[in-house]
Amino acid sequence: MTNQLPLLEVRDLDIAYGDVQVVFAMNMVVGQQELVGLVGGNGSGKSTILRAVSGMLKPKRGSILLQGQEISGISPHQLTDLGVAHVPMGRQLFPAMSVEENLEMGAYLKRSKANKKQNLEKVYAFFPRLLEKRKLFAGSLSGGEQQMIAIGRALMSEPTILLMDEPSLGLAPKVVQEVMQVIHSLRTLHLTVLLVEQNVRQVLKITDRAYVLEHGKLVIEGQSQGLLENDAVKRAYLGL
Amino acid sequence: MEFFSQGLQGLIDGLLTGGVYAMIGAGMSLIFGVMRVVNFGHGDFVILGMYAAFASNQYLKLDPYVSLLVVLPLAFVFGFVLHRAILAKLLGANDQTTKLATLGLGLIATNLVLLQFGTEPKTVYTEYATNAWRIPLFGLELRISEVRFYAVIITALLIFGLNMMLYRTELGRAIRATAQNRLGAELQGVDTKKIYAIVYGIGVVLAAAAGVLLLPLLSATPTLGSVFTNKSFVVTILGGLGSLPGAIGGGLILGVVESLGSSLFPLMNSHFGANYRDAYGLIIFLIVLLFRPEGLFGRTVKRV
Repeated sequence: MTNQLPLLEVRDLDIAYGDVQVVFAMNMVVGQQELVGLVGGNGSGKSTILRAVSGMLKPKRGSILLQGQEISGISPHQLTDLGVAHVPMGRQLFPAMSVEENLEMGAYLKRSKANKKQNLEKVYAFFPRLLEKRKLFAGSLSGGEQQMIAIGRALMSEPTILLMDEPSLGLAPKVVQEVMQVIHSLRTLHLTVLLVEQNVRQVLKITDRAYVLEHGKLVIEGQSQGLLENDAVKRAYLGL
Repeated sequence: MEFFSQGLQGLIDGLLTGGVYAMIGAGMSLIFGVMRVVNFGHGDFVILGMYAAFASNQYLKLDPYVSLLVVLPLAFVFGFVLHRAILAKLLGANDQTTKLATLGLGLIATNLVLLQFGTEPKTVYTEYATNAWRIPLFGLELRISEVRFYAVIITALLIFGLNMMLYRTELGRAIRATAQNRLGAELQGVDTKKIYAIVYGIGVVLAAAAGVLLLPLLSATPTLGSVFTNKSFVVTILGGLGSLPGAIGGGLILGVVESLGSSLFPLMNSHFGANYRDAYGLIIFLIVLLFRPEGLFGRTVKRV
């Protein structure tokens, strides 16, 4: 039954900061094991949508459904318990804790605590570099490595869906490539991912489908491959 | 010779009193470190502890040290509920609002005590209050007051327990995570509002414990609250706000400076006596603020 439902569905979502509305009638669907991109320029409202999905702000109107269950207005720590893991903008690590402690914090809740050991091994297998540096303070690692900790920490919670907010922000171009490769390879873990990014070209290269936002409105959606070849998208975002 | 003997005695007394100051400072420092709230009512919670011990001695005939078993759990519940009911509503409000709220809570606490017990200083009589061990050392005789010694031992146990809790338990890790990055902790499923309430409860426990331990030494007066708030400021600033080892160092330094100041200066100059006890601590405070504003052991921690 739940397999027929989309994992995440956003319906007629309006979001406002005070009197200023920033997202208008957004509709979006993320299916099981899909890698979906949500892209747009600065201030297009993409991060705002993600913040609403992860419970950090309450939408003005519309609904957010996780496996058919309404989740708008639920606090972030309760959402984590429902299987929504968030790799937040700016990573939000615990700088004065070791890499390993940061990862273990990902398994804070009961739902994932029992499998903490195995999951830690899986994360280290996925990011061998973190195993080498597991005793170091998270704050002492490079930006790219910190992004890996943030992703690893989210994986530790055994998520049903992974939300990623601008993982390339503040990273050197070469490191951005590397992080995108990592996200692409998350596919091998049969994860469902919603990726919010400003870096449109990179996202379209690695995702299955994508939604393109402009000024808080959905302008175009479709298979990422198709969007890469779409003339309007090329002109507006790919600089071609 | 007298100077030397007085000095050594002052040092010992200072370290013993300083231990208790350290505990008061540790509570304030923990509250600041985790929730960035300066707890202006901290000293008033010390007073609450004193009166709680006094009341349990008066009505339940409990020895002050035994009353810790009753007072500390009550103090935790009190702090937890206080945060849930009042301070949690002010999350996200500006600094001034929270400062005024903690100040107000302290004022209410002090005045409730005043209403109930009056202005007259209250003392608890214990047989051991004036006992002291005499230790001969190089021809000098040093006195170690029993009550101060117990105070330091219990303080050390409580601070050791706090440290174990912070670094060896899941709850402790969640507290440290919340302190380092609240949003990050919330996204891992930590109920950070509850963590705040727990931390406030622990802060109140440490303050109240200090009050109980000081009761056999001092008489309880409702208005002493601001004195202890000032002392906890000095302790935390000396050690660096938000640092537990810093608070311990700061407390010991403050205890020693006060004690040496009030025992040695009268020998040199009759104008400066024990009456200036509090001033010596504040002088050190000013000197440290001038030259090391981040505190003696403080360092600026960068956020990721």
